[in-house]
Amino acid sequence: MKFDNEFFSLGYIDRLSYKETFIHNIDARVKLAISMMFIVCVVSFPKHVVLSLIPFFLFPVIFLTVGEIPLGFIVKRLVIVIPFVFFIAIFNPIFEKRVAFYIFNIPITYGILSFFSILIRFVLSVSMIILLVATTSFSGICYALRYFRVPEIFITQLLFLYRYIFVLSEEAMRMVRAKDMRSFGNKGTELKFYVKLTGTLLIRSILRAEKIYHAMLSRGFNGIMPYRKKRVFEKRDFLFLIVSMLFLYLFRFFDIIKFVGRIFVRGLS
Amino acid sequence: MADALISPEVGISFWALSLGGIAYSAKKLKDNMDDRLIPLMGVLGAFVFAAQMINFTIPATGSSGHLGGGMLLSILLGPYAAFIVMASILTIQALFFADGGLLALGCNIWNLGFYTSFIAYPFIYKTFTKRGKNLFIATLLSSIIGLQLGAFSVVLQTYFSGISELPFNTFVMLMQPIHLAIGIVEGLITAAIIRFAASVKPDILEAVYNLNNQTYTRSMKKVIGLFVILTFIVGGFLSWFASTNPDGLEWSVEKVYGKPELPEKEGGIIAKVKEIQEKLAILPDYTFKKAETKEAPAQEEESYPNIDVGTTVSGIAGSIMVILLLMGTGFLIKAFKKRAV
Repeated sequence: MKFDNEFFSLGYIDRLSYKETFIHNIDARVKLAISMMFIVCVVSFPKHVVLSLIPFFLFPVIFLTVGEIPLGFIVKRLVIVIPFVFFIAIFNPIFEKRVAFYIFNIPITYGILSFFSILIRFVLSVSMIILLVATTSFSGICYALRYFRVPEIFITQLLFLYRYIFVLSEEAMRMVRAKDMRSFGNKGTELKFYVKLTGTLLIRSILRAEKIYHAMLSRGFNGIMPYRKKRVFEKRDFLFLIVSMLFLYLFRFFDIIKFVGRIFVRGLS
Repeated sequence: MADALISPEVGISFWALSLGGIAYSAKKLKDNMDDRLIPLMGVLGAFVFAAQMINFTIPATGSSGHLGGGMLLSILLGPYAAFIVMASILTIQALFFADGGLLALGCNIWNLGFYTSFIAYPFIYKTFTKRGKNLFIATLLSSIIGLQLGAFSVVLQTYFSGISELPFNTFVMLMQPIHLAIGIVEGLITAAIIRFAASVKPDILEAVYNLNNQTYTRSMKKVIGLFVILTFIVGGFLSWFASTNPDGLEWSVEKVYGKPELPEKEGGIIAKVKEIQEKLAILPDYTFKKAETKEAPAQEEESYPNIDVGTTVSGIAGSIMVILLLMGTGFLIKAFKKRAV
């Protein structure tokens, strides 16, 4: 059932993010900054570039293996979100038919090149995001956002949202289950039932917010969520940041593929 | 919008716009907010999430849909709070469901948050509803317009990024009708949910509206003016960047001639335009050494048959080697980890 899957995968990422590995222990600020730089580097290539994107897979590979994240989980996510990008990318070979070059007499058009380029960009950026959250606790990410001067109320919202998604999803799941058990086949998915179900959930949510507010007041809430003030920026965080930036720079501005290929070809002849 | 389809310029510009929107809304909320709104915002955001997981069948089509939530939040919370909640929902979606992307997050917040909260809500919803009247029409219209603007904005962002080859007109024709349908469904169910909630527990909704009215001051015109100016600045910035990328031009030329390659003599005009563009641009076509050598054939069409066979071979060999190297690294780390345990 789709509903349960969505819900459980969220909990699954949360559990993954509390592992203790080298990658998990790197400061969240470093990981967030590196992920952002990584995506900007990948995306900044001209659209027909395919091969130069390949070295960037080093980052997901390192995060995946060192962080002990199961590959199947990443692949599943990729498959779920690919349709939109694929739907847009598929038009490139159709609209752009100029031939770029021939490989063993098979013409390769610019459209085909950019199609593959988009797909690789997609896999790189999406896997990097999933690996970021799977190796970083959410409170860590919020801490990093706070450090980067994102407005306080927005971070408060993120923390609230993250906590109550679990609570309200469970509530919604119970309601859907109860409804499913009392209706057969496709019955009960009509609009009027949906409206009543969701409307009830809305009322319950608002009532719950009221209760939460009183609970917060009784614990001394004054408009700002308290948080642990300081996190130490250790030597290994700094090292990780520098090394990652070095690799990103190398991959972005030097043609690694051509370099390795030349060595290989020369070695053969 | 996804990371794979945007260029860094577009991504960063819309990050700036969205962060500006968040900062502005945060300031507005701080100035005159009831603390009660904080948990309400959080829980309603989570509600939208939970509601998105419930599906319904769309009458007559049999396909299933779910709630987008932007309009519902605006109606219940007012524009500033709704914008922030929408931004936080999209952030969580980008991070935990990999829906959208990190760089594209700015675009997504803008497309799904700004138009509903700051255009559809104050200008359409508010003018149509005077004290709960016309709820259905107001919600329907503002949902449709919010989504149409959002969809158009997706098209513009994709077009300016220049990664997709979809011609502007075709993309518009694809996106707008789909989002018209989505907007109608969204508007209808939003209105229905609110009316249902109001009929069951009128006092609760009334309390929520009171909270929101407290923070919602009708100074929207100033905000919009500010954002229009901002948009023009960003737009100018973008189009200036896009002009260094002659793809758009090539497209229109292609349409005129009806075939992909230009007659020989027209090359002169293109070359001249390119020359001017290169003079105007500070960063002409990302002049990074390596990228240039790769891009060069894309610019000069005559040169493609002369591509060196050697470079092709070393390119293929190189990629295979690098892929093997990467896989090797992965397996080595895994093996090492297993031994360490």
